[in-house]
Amino acid sequence: MKLGYFPGCSLQGMDIDFNESVFALARRTDLHLIEIPDWNCCGSTSAHNVSHLLSLALPARILALAEKAGLDEILVPCSACYQRLMTAQHELLENDELRKEVVDIIEMDYKGTSKILNIIEGMVKIFSGAELKIEKPLNAKVACYYGCLMVRPPKVMKFDRAEDPQSMDELMKKFGADPVDWPFKTECCGAGLTLTRTDLVCKLSAKVIESAIKNGAEIIIVACPMCHANLDMRRADIEKAAGKKYNIPVLYITQAIGLALGINEKELGMHRHFVPFVLPEQPKAAPSAKPAEPAKPEVGEKPAAGAEE
Amino acid sequence: MDDKPLSLRESLADQVKSITGESVANCYQCAKCSGGCPLAEDMDIPPSQLLHMIQLGLPELDERVLNSLTIWLCLTCETCVTRCPKEVDLPKIMDFLRQESLKRGLINPQAKKIIAFHKAFLDTVQYTGRLYEVGMTADYKLRQPQTAMQDVFTAPKLFMMGKLNLFPHMIKGRDQIARIFARTLKKEAKK
Repeated sequence: MKLGYFPGCSLQGMDIDFNESVFALARRTDLHLIEIPDWNCCGSTSAHNVSHLLSLALPARILALAEKAGLDEILVPCSACYQRLMTAQHELLENDELRKEVVDIIEMDYKGTSKILNIIEGMVKIFSGAELKIEKPLNAKVACYYGCLMVRPPKVMKFDRAEDPQSMDELMKKFGADPVDWPFKTECCGAGLTLTRTDLVCKLSAKVIESAIKNGAEIIIVACPMCHANLDMRRADIEKAAGKKYNIPVLYITQAIGLALGINEKELGMHRHFVPFVLPEQPKAAPSAKPAEPAKPEVGEKPAAGAEE
Repeated sequence: MDDKPLSLRESLADQVKSITGESVANCYQCAKCSGGCPLAEDMDIPPSQLLHMIQLGLPELDERVLNSLTIWLCLTCETCVTRCPKEVDLPKIMDFLRQESLKRGLINPQAKKIIAFHKAFLDTVQYTGRLYEVGMTADYKLRQPQTAMQDVFTAPKLFMMGKLNLFPHMIKGRDQIARIFARTLKKEAKK
């Protein structure tokens, strides 16, 4: 399977482990990722805070480059990038005058033909057709943390349910995990205030962690690099602010899947976590979570060569 | 503040309408936005009250809105608009208010740090095409020297984990990015 790929800045820097785990899965599943040539930053929170036009033009250049490269579908693992690209696409396709203005600004044509996939949609696409070879079912209670950006605003994102999304929970079940029902699935971790108002980020992130633990989760699964950075990298600050210790590890959805497929931890970038992850003991008896029924093989599609890096 | 009589003056509500297309009159003050906002208790004015102040259309209230910390604490998590029974796009209005606050130079002193961060972030994008985390942090700390010691112990750990790129990645289309900034950010600032 071939997919366009937009890693975004976080996955090239602080959240390189997310990128590593995406590529580890790509190698395992014969997914061929084609990076958008010469991509730029989507502008993230900072752009839309200071200029509406800039917040549209930066993602528009990325999407225009993808179109030019003939990429019909682009996988965007970072939720912040995903939301900015979706928002730009939504606004530009709704308003032709605005689209023309932005086309002039970026000096490239933009039609809006490339479909944007978030990491959950990407995983569903890759694994719905493939036969699942689950070597180590996760066998743990997990809290699927979608974060705020992936499902909201529903009119623009058009993905899953805005208050109680299920797609990641369903995916995790397939890989032998037991997703808990918890109320903080789409609460905000504090995201972009991490450097400027660390106190607030710690407060919000502590609430997320507390809720996951209270509802019996042993692992928090995230789909967003900001959520990971705040829940994992900021853990010492969070603990200091809350006055207690939390041991619950935070894994990217791609790392959790990779572990279930038996990919080694180093390849998945697991050594780059601040909060260490220890695999739950595998029960001697037959695992309660049976490695979901093998999905029917996809018709027609012949997987292409390995992933390119 | 201009000297025109109130009825002729363009209020913030009018600007919100003409620039974002959102009508603040749609809000009937159910306060669901303030109830769901993760940071409402840390804001100087809760979101529903901020909207009410704009609805009233008084110049002194308009200024207080633009001068609030609220508009800079808003995380754009989109919870409010998702739950609003009248679908008032508050995050969109917040984006406009931030831009207007910068334009009029009405900036809450406690928000200066947050604005410095955004400028540092965009600076690295403008010059390299992508976010350059080390450069951004240095830029931010120069703008906000009191933050110099923050996270000094995290950085070496990040570096050891291979999570810190010391050098920026320069994209090829930097000229194009520079022109995008000139045609958007700089143009809008002059308006």
